[in-house]
Amino acid sequence: MKLKTLFTTTAVSAAVMVASSAMAGEITVMSWGGAYTKSQTEAYYKPWEAETGHKVNSVDSDNPATPIKAQVEAGNVSIDVADIEYSDAIRLCDEGLLEEIDTSSLPAAPDGTAATADFIEGAITDCAVANIVWSTVFAYDSSKISGDAPTTLADFYDTAKYPGKRGMRKAAKANMEMALIADGVAPADVYSVLETEEGVQRALDKMATIKDDIIWWEAGAQPPQLLADGEVAMTTAYNGRIFNAAIGEDKPFEIVWDGQILDFDLYAVPKGAPNKELAMEFITYATATERLAAQASWIAYGPARKSSADLVGLFNDGKTEMAPHMPTAPANMKTALVNNYEFWADRDSELSEQFNAWLLAN
Amino acid sequence: MSSDNPMVRFDNVQKSYDGKTLVVKNLDVDIAKGEFLTMLGPSGSGKTTSLLMLAGFEPATHGEIYLNGKPINNVPPNKRGIGMVFQNYALFPHMTVAENLAFPLKVRKMSPTDVQQKVDRALAMVELPSFGQRRPAQLSGGQQQRVAVARALVFEPELILMDEPLGALDKQLREQMQYEIKHIHENLGVTVVYVTHDQSEALTMSDRIAVFEDGVIQQLSSPSTLYEKPNNSFVAQFIGENNRLNGNITAIDGTVCTVELDSGDKVTADKVVDGGIGTRTTLSIRPERVDLDPEAGSVPVTISGKIEELIYLGDHIRVRMSVAGTDEFIVKVRNSASGQSLETGQLTTVGWNPEDCRALDEIAA
Amino acid sequence: MSETAAQVADTLAVKPIDQAVDQPITAADGTPLKVALARATRKAKWRAFVLVLPLLLFVLITFAIPIVEMLTRSFYNDAFSANMPNLVAYFEDNEIESVPDEAGFAALAADLKQARENKTIGVVATRVNYEVPGSRSQFTSAARKTKKLEPPFKEAIIALDEDWNDVRLWNVMQRASNPISASFYLAATDRRYDENGDKVWVDKKRRIYIKLFVNTLLLSLGIALICLVLAFPVAHLLATLPLRYSNLLMIFVLLPFWTSLLVRTTAWIALLQSQGVFNDMLVGTGIIGDESRMQLMYNMQGTVIAMTHILLPFMILPLYSVMKTIPPTYVRAARSLGATSWTAFWKVYFPQTVPGIGAGVLLVFILAVGYYITPALVGGSTGQLISNLIAFHMLKSLNWSMAAALGAILLFIILVLYWLYDKLIGIDNMKLG
Repeated sequence: MKLKTLFTTTAVSAAVMVASSAMAGEITVMSWGGAYTKSQTEAYYKPWEAETGHKVNSVDSDNPATPIKAQVEAGNVSIDVADIEYSDAIRLCDEGLLEEIDTSSLPAAPDGTAATADFIEGAITDCAVANIVWSTVFAYDSSKISGDAPTTLADFYDTAKYPGKRGMRKAAKANMEMALIADGVAPADVYSVLETEEGVQRALDKMATIKDDIIWWEAGAQPPQLLADGEVAMTTAYNGRIFNAAIGEDKPFEIVWDGQILDFDLYAVPKGAPNKELAMEFITYATATERLAAQASWIAYGPARKSSADLVGLFNDGKTEMAPHMPTAPANMKTALVNNYEFWADRDSELSEQFNAWLLAN
Repeated sequence: MSSDNPMVRFDNVQKSYDGKTLVVKNLDVDIAKGEFLTMLGPSGSGKTTSLLMLAGFEPATHGEIYLNGKPINNVPPNKRGIGMVFQNYALFPHMTVAENLAFPLKVRKMSPTDVQQKVDRALAMVELPSFGQRRPAQLSGGQQQRVAVARALVFEPELILMDEPLGALDKQLREQMQYEIKHIHENLGVTVVYVTHDQSEALTMSDRIAVFEDGVIQQLSSPSTLYEKPNNSFVAQFIGENNRLNGNITAIDGTVCTVELDSGDKVTADKVVDGGIGTRTTLSIRPERVDLDPEAGSVPVTISGKIEELIYLGDHIRVRMSVAGTDEFIVKVRNSASGQSLETGQLTTVGWNPEDCRALDEIAA
Repeated sequence: MSETAAQVADTLAVKPIDQAVDQPITAADGTPLKVALARATRKAKWRAFVLVLPLLLFVLITFAIPIVEMLTRSFYNDAFSANMPNLVAYFEDNEIESVPDEAGFAALAADLKQARENKTIGVVATRVNYEVPGSRSQFTSAARKTKKLEPPFKEAIIALDEDWNDVRLWNVMQRASNPISASFYLAATDRRYDENGDKVWVDKKRRIYIKLFVNTLLLSLGIALICLVLAFPVAHLLATLPLRYSNLLMIFVLLPFWTSLLVRTTAWIALLQSQGVFNDMLVGTGIIGDESRMQLMYNMQGTVIAMTHILLPFMILPLYSVMKTIPPTYVRAARSLGATSWTAFWKVYFPQTVPGIGAGVLLVFILAVGYYITPALVGGSTGQLISNLIAFHMLKSLNWSMAAALGAILLFIILVLYWLYDKLIGIDNMKLG
């Protein structure tokens, strides 16, 4: 009799455990680390965990696209959701390395606008949904500039008017577009110019005018440090990094939005992800209007939904209004250029080789 | 054997490494040209340090060293012209035997033909004429030793220093090399300063031996004097075997004294110790100079003793006895017919000639 | 040898019954001694093998297999051949000398349609894009429109994009239809196939790899030599100082090992940048003016200084371990034999340190050749190494075949240098510690 009770209890509790573990799942989300992962943890992971009881296992990589390619090709996928760049999202999707995303499942805006209309154009692709808009801008230290403040990309290239070194990322991407804009090409024409050999040469020639004054950086943390140390008078940078230094650390850094190069970061699910269903649920949750707006309180990257813009509030310091610091703010968008992912997916290798050859040549 | 024009003179030389203790205290030695002088002593006694100062590898803390009458304290080792043989030979492993031998000649910028000739002669001298192209590692220990000697001699220095050169060889080889070095010394007439802690090696080879202890030369004399007439019990103990008996001086007659042993026996001995009647002293008698059960009247001194242990050593028998209060009294008995009758526990007498017994150090009461 | 043989023959002639000469020696039970010995030691051998087995498997799984797998990518890429069966069949029968006729385009259209359905068009497009930049979108957009394509396909497809009428594209496709190809190695040495399938140099503006390989090797060699010059006296000091001092010094030598690479690199930036501590000191003491601050970072000097510092212990340790075994009596012997201190050093001491020098230089050189983070952060435009481009192809362009080809070439160069080292100095003479 007693034995039977014991059996029953064990069986019941085992059943309960199995059921609850089926309900409370766990997914692995891979992102880029640092303040960026933190903003996602605060805005997406924690609320999702609180609401659903599921668990997010957060991991970081220098570029999540690399482990995705490796894992899917090896047939041993451990990542459920990854935050990747646009050109990688396109390329990996074309190569069949990502799961397709059912865009109709994405939640509509609070006013009822369908998700497909609510997202900024291009923010939804077959295999990935954008969560933020970030941009490459240039910035300067206002305490070191006397007289007129620089306002255009042409000023960045004007070392006579604004003496001092310039920091630039050691890569072709963004630099070439900015060089052409500085050289007078309208943002809308940049990629058609860059498609020609003369256009590439024109960009390189423009960069050559200040080549001796350029300090090349590699990691996103470097440009604010270069500015702070006085190593450079101006530097290109990711807008979020400059914002963190300026607002978070009270540095007198100013961003010049002219000719900013906009880029998306997107959520995607690798082919064969172990918890595919849950991963899709997470993406649906995270890319809702309020969640995207919430992320802006933690980092100065713009939400990928139009409806989120009005909900963007204060920075987590409790006083800084975030809206004007968003790359997507109307005032900042006037001369902005959206990164042409198709162009770079096609030509990254070629232009990088040319860029590196140009770097080495004297 | 000191002369007016010594080859080497240590003049009140002191050496300290740490500024607190002296490793060598007030060293005064003259070494004559052509002499074979051995510095003998236990490790840490200052003998190797003295040699290194002479070679120029350690500066003297105080005092002056003269070579052929010239002070050499400020002369670097390579200008002293002294050949040296090291404990582990220090043959250059990356050079052949011939290159090793040619090294001192080449640094002296000798012509290649001269070099070749001298190297060949040196190899012949140490009886390794066909070994020139081998590497040191391909030679046996004895062969390496010979090459090391040849290398120290090949540039014809007047003075050769040897720092325990035979220490790494086995016993048989060591004895053979002792004679070879001795013969080379005699044939070439070079001056040799030889450092060792092996007393039999020192006795075999040397003209004079300097016994070092605690940074001081305890005695500097010929091997026979050192053995027969040690100045103090350290020397007596260090050179050869030695029986020690303690007692008080009761009478003095010139260089001979009478000592009453702790057992009450009275013996006569050569008086080396300074003190007068009543001085407590240590008597030293070599085991081979003691007669066991001597015929009555054959030796002046006899006292009784008891055989404790017999050790059979082939050519002789070592007899351990208790005599005059010590049970470590050793007697060496020739292995003859009479020796066969000895038994442990046997009561007998021992005797010796007074000139074989020396009253050495004064013992603090 | 022949004499011995003759002697043996003599012995045989005299004593033909002696079996020991031509019969194997046997153990007591009659089994041949060799067999008996092998049997006796088999158990010990097995035990030894079982003991090393875990490590062997670990190395095999985590090191050997991934490297082989990676290197295979440098010459084997089936992205095109596995996904475009019709074109592969077409190319087998037809040698491409000009843009093909309708048959070729029909095969293309069929394959594009299939690849679109299988979601493999991106893989194909990426593969061709490696050799014809810009063709990726040409493939993907054509694939999207295959449903509407009607024969004749040649006109229809060329109407989509004039670039389909380029013979070079067809040449590339034909070569890609064989999964084994040398095109990645060509690209990694600044070359490509031209329209006739001949190997030609790429446009001057894109030549980068050979120059970077040469730069990398020279820079690494320079760093190794600087390390040698700096490490030699330190190692000598370490080997000759009394233990308590040398232990302390050894801690200083090893200290950099206990700090993360990134921290050390960053520290060098803080020290050497033009507004850094070093320049501030020079300006502060009036040695140089404020306007003529030296640019020591973000160029080749920066790479050399930072990497020399990071790699210095790898030079000191082998040198130290060799010098430790050289007794001071060698130099003393040389001095007593009449050598000046320089001759004693150069002729006696130095030659005995060669095994340590060889090991240290080789070690530092090989490590330097593969360095990546430091040159990326402080190298600027002139201090870049080939590893930075390997990283680019691994992480950014995701062209792993190219990364593998570059890595394989680097590996090959190092193996050649290793072989040269063995020929000149001898690997047995190397002492790593």
